[in-house]
Amino acid sequence: MPQYDTFEHDVLIVGAGGAGLRAAIGAVEKGCSVCVVTKSLLGKAHTVMAEGGAAAALGNFDNQDGWKVHFRDTMRGGKFLNNWRTVQIFAMEAPERILELERYGAVFDRTPEGLISQRAFGGHRYRRLAHVGDRTGLELIRTLQDKAVSVGIDVQMEVTLTRLLTDGGRVTGAVGYRREDGSIVVFRAKAVVLCSGGWGRMFRFTSNSWESTGDGAVMAYEAGAELQDMEMVQFHPTGMIWPPGVRGVLVTEGVRGDGGVLKNGAGERFMFNHVPEFYRAETAETPEEALRWVNDKVNNRRPPELLPRDVVARAIYKEVEAGRGSEHGGAYLDVSHMGAEYIKRKLPSMYDQFLHLGDVDITKQPMEVYPTVHYTMGGVPAEPESCATSLPGLYAAGECACGLHGANRLGGNSLTDLLVFGKRAGEAAGDFAIAEGPGSISEAEIQEEVETLMKPLGGSGGENPYQIHAELQEQMQSGAMIARTEEGLRQTLDKIHELQRRAEDIRVPGDTKFNPGWHAARDVKNMLVSSEIIVLSALERKESRGAQWRLDYPNEDAYWARNNVIAKKIDGKVSISHREVPEPPSELKELLQD
Amino acid sequence: MSKITLSVYRGDANGGEMKTYTVDTFPGMVVLDAIHQIQAEQDGTLACRWNCKAAKCGSCSAEVNGMPKLMCKTRVDDYPADQPIVVHPLRTFPIVKDLVADVSWNFEVSKSIPILKLADDGSAEPLRMQQVDVDRIQEFRKCIECFLCQTVCHVLRDGDRKDIFFGPRQMVRLASLEMHPLDVLDRRPMLRETAGVGICNITKCCTEVCPEHIHITDNAIIPLKERVADTYFDPVQKVLRWVGGRK
Repeated sequence: MPQYDTFEHDVLIVGAGGAGLRAAIGAVEKGCSVCVVTKSLLGKAHTVMAEGGAAAALGNFDNQDGWKVHFRDTMRGGKFLNNWRTVQIFAMEAPERILELERYGAVFDRTPEGLISQRAFGGHRYRRLAHVGDRTGLELIRTLQDKAVSVGIDVQMEVTLTRLLTDGGRVTGAVGYRREDGSIVVFRAKAVVLCSGGWGRMFRFTSNSWESTGDGAVMAYEAGAELQDMEMVQFHPTGMIWPPGVRGVLVTEGVRGDGGVLKNGAGERFMFNHVPEFYRAETAETPEEALRWVNDKVNNRRPPELLPRDVVARAIYKEVEAGRGSEHGGAYLDVSHMGAEYIKRKLPSMYDQFLHLGDVDITKQPMEVYPTVHYTMGGVPAEPESCATSLPGLYAAGECACGLHGANRLGGNSLTDLLVFGKRAGEAAGDFAIAEGPGSISEAEIQEEVETLMKPLGGSGGENPYQIHAELQEQMQSGAMIARTEEGLRQTLDKIHELQRRAEDIRVPGDTKFNPGWHAARDVKNMLVSSEIIVLSALERKESRGAQWRLDYPNEDAYWARNNVIAKKIDGKVSISHREVPEPPSELKELLQD
Repeated sequence: MSKITLSVYRGDANGGEMKTYTVDTFPGMVVLDAIHQIQAEQDGTLACRWNCKAAKCGSCSAEVNGMPKLMCKTRVDDYPADQPIVVHPLRTFPIVKDLVADVSWNFEVSKSIPILKLADDGSAEPLRMQQVDVDRIQEFRKCIECFLCQTVCHVLRDGDRKDIFFGPRQMVRLASLEMHPLDVLDRRPMLRETAGVGICNITKCCTEVCPEHIHITDNAIIPLKERVADTYFDPVQKVLRWVGGRK
């Protein structure tokens, strides 16, 4: 059996994106020793890719805004599957967290009065997103990285954790390997905070990096935690589709916020034909009103291009299916009418991205876009106040957690989620660590995981992890993507089961020294588990709501309006059940009416 | 479908060799795509770093035909099709394996730089700053920490003097703090001593390779040099310090 290093801390944080770093600061402020473990280098987590902004009802432009409106918008965007209390805390604390970040060193764009500028975004009634050009995520992660390092945390970079360790049901640590040399590392902690992000890599069209394999959620599931709303995978409406080298790369919603319009292959501005009744009153009726809105948001209603992401993604899908797609099977996103100078100032990195990678000058030509897998609303259900999960000692915040976004996340709510619940999770984990003291870790669990890790390096199997991953992506893309049916989902489930069997025979060449093939062997197993749960949850929810669009159940259903889908491992298998969505108190319910 | 060849460094700190691979091309293909294709179809042990594949994270830095580049932003059709594209890890840092360099020194140095300090620390009041006053530090804050500037810096690369100079990346970071309108810390002693701003000989190589187009030399390093010079080397100031009995 290989030797391993053991590290002991009060609080172990899995992931160094915005949530993990904010949690680290929270736990340190409670007086805890903290270790942040990240699969990449510090500052490279997915947070860095966020473009548009962080939503908070500061009211710097629109003083009618306030937490109640943000609460209402988030609940409506999530089609009421959200945990109302999570959303309430979120909307109330968002402004404090943004102002705190500014005091840590973040430099947001300013209003003429010298306050934080706020940008309009899909699903938000008022201008609400604190932003820095189109690189808000970079500002957020760099600020938190510098702050967290300055308060004194341990950081273990390029370490992949693959299994949570438990002591009688309580989570007491984790085991994994150093990517650099493959050596095994064990972390023993009084409390563990999962901030491990989402999972999009099992789809072919995705804006997600290699990291988004769902290890966090799968580790929690394997340790006995519940997962919730796993069918809710967000498709960002505008991923680049041409040329193939950039397929899936994101085109920020800011393009539409700053005047960009969607057109089909026939040159028609089709979004006006896809406005759901639910949103009609708050959407512009004519292209003229939509254009006026760009400069006068008080007296005009928002363009239909800024409807919530699920609505816009479906509209593009429908146009393409109806034979009205763009040259390469998507839609045109055109911002050229706004003028070259305006575009280069407002959307500098989009301009650069398309010019260098796509041979498209967006000041002159339209972009070609198609929905791309972007975000996962589901995950480990977390208590609103403390981010505690169903396992003692385990907390969850950020994209891997579940409760805030319901059936569809509004753009801009993710960055703020990291701040609000990163802080709460870190502090609650710190309190737990202080109150409970150390638990023990299980040598048997460690050895079992080491065997799983090392298996692909020996034996006689002939399967290649890249091949299995490619087949999984192909199947998830065709059977579990934006438009779902019972038949497609069943086929996908069969394929996943076949791939799970084949994954047992993965064999990779080389040794454990920075060996991407060996890393992929473990990652693909996690992706197969999370894919299975996504598909089973999507089969269970026999209705269309938010990100879940069932062609065979095209309408919303009264039962499903009140129930979340829960997945839990029982006897080695995925067990699916339903749980009632908590009912908001009447004074908050009233806010949701209009 | 046409093909290209790549000559890729394979090895570790103990040495290695260039190995040639042939891959199929497709429209818009970047060097990182080619590396991924090699991993998936020819050799899964080829190590490289990457994350966003959208030039936002700065993970996939390497030297392509001798120039430091982000592999995700470097198109293969920018190079002659009849010659191999040479891909080598950053040369200024120790090699871990293949295209992965050990850049940990940058994170160590970063730890020693004190973050923003406000006069009213502890308050929760919104800050007031005008856009014109933050424009120049927002340029510095575009840095994605790809460390391409560090790898071309003569002081770090040719002289291997990591002991006397923090490098362009950290000059940019120090500039973003020193020029923050509300910061009250004085980092000039650090700039002069441990950070070594005076060591930079302004060849501007760092500026040339910056994928974020930050004017590292002109907007960050030279103004920092001027601040240090004004404080420590201005003869009038020196006389005033004598008279005043200060350092």
